[in-house]
Amino acid sequence: MLGVAFSAALLKPANAAAHLVTTGMGPVYDGIGHLLLTPEDLVPTLAVALYAGLRGRAPGRRALFFFPLAWLIGGFIGLAANTLPTFPVSAFSFLLVGILIAADLRLPDNAFTVLAIAVGIMHGFFNGIALKAGPGGLGLLGIISALFVLVAIVSAFVVSLKPPWTRIAVRVAGSWVAAMGLLMIGWFFRGQG
Amino acid sequence: MNLLVFFLALAVYLVLTPSAHAHVEGSQAVGFITGLQHPWSGIDHVLAMIAVGLWGAQLGNPAIWVLPITFPLVMSFGAMMGLLGIPLPGIEIGIAVSAILLGVMVLGEVKPKLIIAAIMVGVFAIFHGHAHGTELPAGQSGLLYSMGFVIATGILHGIGISIGLIHRWPTGKLVLRGAGAFIAAMGFFFLWQAVV
Repeated sequence: MLGVAFSAALLKPANAAAHLVTTGMGPVYDGIGHLLLTPEDLVPTLAVALYAGLRGRAPGRRALFFFPLAWLIGGFIGLAANTLPTFPVSAFSFLLVGILIAADLRLPDNAFTVLAIAVGIMHGFFNGIALKAGPGGLGLLGIISALFVLVAIVSAFVVSLKPPWTRIAVRVAGSWVAAMGLLMIGWFFRGQG
Repeated sequence: MNLLVFFLALAVYLVLTPSAHAHVEGSQAVGFITGLQHPWSGIDHVLAMIAVGLWGAQLGNPAIWVLPITFPLVMSFGAMMGLLGIPLPGIEIGIAVSAILLGVMVLGEVKPKLIIAAIMVGVFAIFHGHAHGTELPAGQSGLLYSMGFVIATGILHGIGISIGLIHRWPTGKLVLRGAGAFIAAMGFFFLWQAVV
């Protein structure tokens, strides 16, 4: 029953009504501003970077390249698409990556790569649809650039953390992200998402 | 010395600078602030969150981090129940009882098995989430409100844990137990308010 409701919500199209950030400095900067000022994209990006950092150097390096690449591919697909689902699909990336961080679950490297690619394609797709109304492909490049830098800095920072309590702090942040994802789903059904 | 003078000058400048009124916060942006403020607006919620931190500090590792990780997740589950319209009977009583029992745990330095402590905190989290997580003013962003609400709750836990670190000293242990007694007493007051 719940699955049917989810499917219906996902399939029901709506106009792309995302509010793009306009920096006045051109489409690339608009894209950078979009990522940095849009919590629906920024929080999952940080979460993937945190999880990559928790997993260590090799998975972190994979995420650094595959995640932005997947976002870029998703973005190009989105630029060719027309409609956004009304359901806040990004809530699932909040929930999934947040739980992985909170529980410090050790996904196999390949599974983590698949996860990073899936999250990247999904968010990139929605960005692509939103960017059609504004900065377009150049905006997408801005987003990818900011994404690469953010993931590099955050995951490298987490890899470098040595005291045990710092790892716990990262896990607490993950539980916050997952909690936000649950609440996003709740707000959607309440009609206030 | 030069750095000190610089920061002093900066502090004086910031204190004396009038606030800018040109850009009034819109309803979407206010969602985060509303969420951040909300947990502090209810003394019952504040005391219970701090009690979770205090108790975690008393219990030591791994409870000191398991409880603050468990609480936001289960609290948001309770909030989601509220948002979906699933009723939870006796919410105010549940919140009052959470303050009583958490206060008693801190007062008695009770150290149950971790799973029992986590379940107990989790059950209370559902009541707190159901009551406090669903009060979004119209027109504000649900996500930003949720971010503010979750972060503020985490900060309250952090305050509780920070205070609880005095547990390493004998006098600190006594002070913590006194704080537990205060929280439990306040819990009885909340219960009286909820019932009467």
